[in-house]
Amino acid sequence: MDKFITLKGIAAPLPIVNIDTDMIIPKQFLKTIKRTGLGISLFYEMRYDHQGQELKNFILNTKPFNQSKILVAGDNFGCGSSREHAPWSLKDFGISCIISTSFADIFYNNCFQNGILPIVVSPENSKKLMDFASDQKEFEIDLPSQNISVEGEKIGFDIEPYRKERLIEGLDDIGITMNYEQSITDYELLQKKNKPWIFKDIK
Amino acid sequence: MSTDSPKTLFDKIWSDHLVKQRDDGTSLLYIDKHLVHEVTSPQAFEGLKIASRPVRRPSATVAVADHNVPTFNRENIEDEQSRIQVQTLANNTKEHGIEYFELSDKRQGIVHIIGPEQGITQPGMTMVCGDSHTSTHGAFGALAFGIGTSEVEHVLATQTIVQKPAKNMRISVNGDLPFGVTSKDLILYIIGQIGTAGGNGHVIEYAGSSLKPLSMESRMTICNMSIEAGARAGLISPDQITFDYLKGRPYAPTDEHWQQAIDYWSSLPSDTDAFYDKELVINSSEIAPMVTWGTSPEDVVAVSGLVPDPSSAKTENKKKSIERSLDYMGLKSGTKITDIKLDKIFIGSCTNGRIEDLRSVASIVKNKKIAPHVEGMIVPGSGLVKLQAEEEGLDVILKDAGFDWREAGCSMCLGMNPDQLKPEERCASTSNRNFEGRQGRGGRTHLMSPELAAASAIKGSIADIRDFD
Ligand code: SF4
Repeated sequence: MDKFITLKGIAAPLPIVNIDTDMIIPKQFLKTIKRTGLGISLFYEMRYDHQGQELKNFILNTKPFNQSKILVAGDNFGCGSSREHAPWSLKDFGISCIISTSFADIFYNNCFQNGILPIVVSPENSKKLMDFASDQKEFEIDLPSQNISVEGEKIGFDIEPYRKERLIEGLDDIGITMNYEQSITDYELLQKKNKPWIFKDIK
Repeated sequence: MSTDSPKTLFDKIWSDHLVKQRDDGTSLLYIDKHLVHEVTSPQAFEGLKIASRPVRRPSATVAVADHNVPTFNRENIEDEQSRIQVQTLANNTKEHGIEYFELSDKRQGIVHIIGPEQGITQPGMTMVCGDSHTSTHGAFGALAFGIGTSEVEHVLATQTIVQKPAKNMRISVNGDLPFGVTSKDLILYIIGQIGTAGGNGHVIEYAGSSLKPLSMESRMTICNMSIEAGARAGLISPDQITFDYLKGRPYAPTDEHWQQAIDYWSSLPSDTDAFYDKELVINSSEIAPMVTWGTSPEDVVAVSGLVPDPSSAKTENKKKSIERSLDYMGLKSGTKITDIKLDKIFIGSCTNGRIEDLRSVASIVKNKKIAPHVEGMIVPGSGLVKLQAEEEGLDVILKDAGFDWREAGCSMCLGMNPDQLKPEERCASTSNRNFEGRQGRGGRTHLMSPELAAASAIKGSIADIRDFD
């Protein structure tokens, strides 16, 4: 997985609340069996007309925002389904940091599996950052010190230490968990004895 | 947490599945059952292959194709991408020795319908699936939640998941449900009250006297939509109704294990003084049959109400969001909900595609015809639900009324298969999401109970079941 340490660039403002996963990547693009190639379909219904032509007034279709690596979005970003195609499409488009006042749980979690940093800020800071984004100011995200800097202003953010470490190191969860193989086996043996019915094979 | 402090149902399941509390504050949680479908699994199997990792316990997993399968003529799936996805699932499960219910198998159906139907879902278990409506299984007192594809891969490889404990929230509903009010109305009402982010970070336990008499089917409808309130999981304490539902199902405990299981299941309900981070108490008399008017499940109103007025919104953001929804939905504020004319009726999905739902619909449309301008479609939640309905003669009643009778799958709940709304078509749907474009690009969805949808099909516009005969 890609490491995330610092990130610099302009941010695209998307001041819509409850942006759901169907808006991020509609179902017709879930038929892929690959993780890549979804960036072109990101925000499909907002981004293209019925003939598939780019809508000129959609923020990610306008310069310089079509190169944004950062998104500043309205409340409750990523609600809806568990589709990891949502972070995949954001990542494939080039976005690796999303700033909002809140995120839906599954989406939030999925971001970290893909080297994307979701940042939660207060409503006041969100408004401020939304304005900075519209004015095409340069954002600097620094994960080790947990700061967003724009125009000389510093806004701190919280992140759970284990998530931070994994992003900075670009660590793969499965590899870490496999170090606990013995604990998993011990657990299974004990449970098989205590609750044998749970281990009835599905076949 | 000390062992004798009072615990919630969630706390009990959590501590019973804790493999390891890690130094970094995360927990490694054992997963008892894993459900897999065609849309969110291919990249997980691909990841295993790239890393040469085996599936740790294939017999803890069951797979089925449901999201993009056609609901008629399905011997040959026309859409190439869908066909490849279904075939990929068949190949992957075969390669790893995972049980797969083929399309021709009568047990095929929506993943959240078949778990309970087969008795795979049981109280006290941990269950996951790469699908947010995994919360459905919480109706049995199982801790069940949706995960992303990377986590699907993690569970396949290790039979565990990395988690932090959720917070506990209890929503108690007390009193008998008023006439015409179903469990669907109850959950829509709750989402309207707490909003789509109201349950973020929490597991919602539903309690109170209103729930006690409810069937497992009705309870599943409630837990199913917990995710629409932002909670990853919903929970209801197991009781005699739960046990009776499970008894004799293919994967339910048998022989001496049955009593052992009952003893364990009976120990699960939350202790009397258990702590909840959030609490909400609702009096059932507040609840009426509910309908959504907008593009978020929190946009609900009583069927006897009106389309809301953006200027009444408390914040500027809310006002804008109402305006945007009304524009998308093609509705004017102040319109009576029962004056909204419909084009399509969709009965099905993991929210309301079970036998009890089909029985209710059949009882309402019996000896009637759906309005001539309306197209009605019924998609049973599983092959077994379909067979059961046919044994009871429900299919005849429904077809006589003018409904299309389809094969099992997700269908127009998300329109990944050919069952889709056309732009600006308006649909009464028993599913769970009314997001923009959910049922087809530009399609307009009104969520409601099967009872309301059935009455609306006859009337041709949204109907109040309480005025219907
Ligand atoms: S029926 Fe709808 S909500 Fe349920 S699993 Fe299928 S697509 Fe998801």
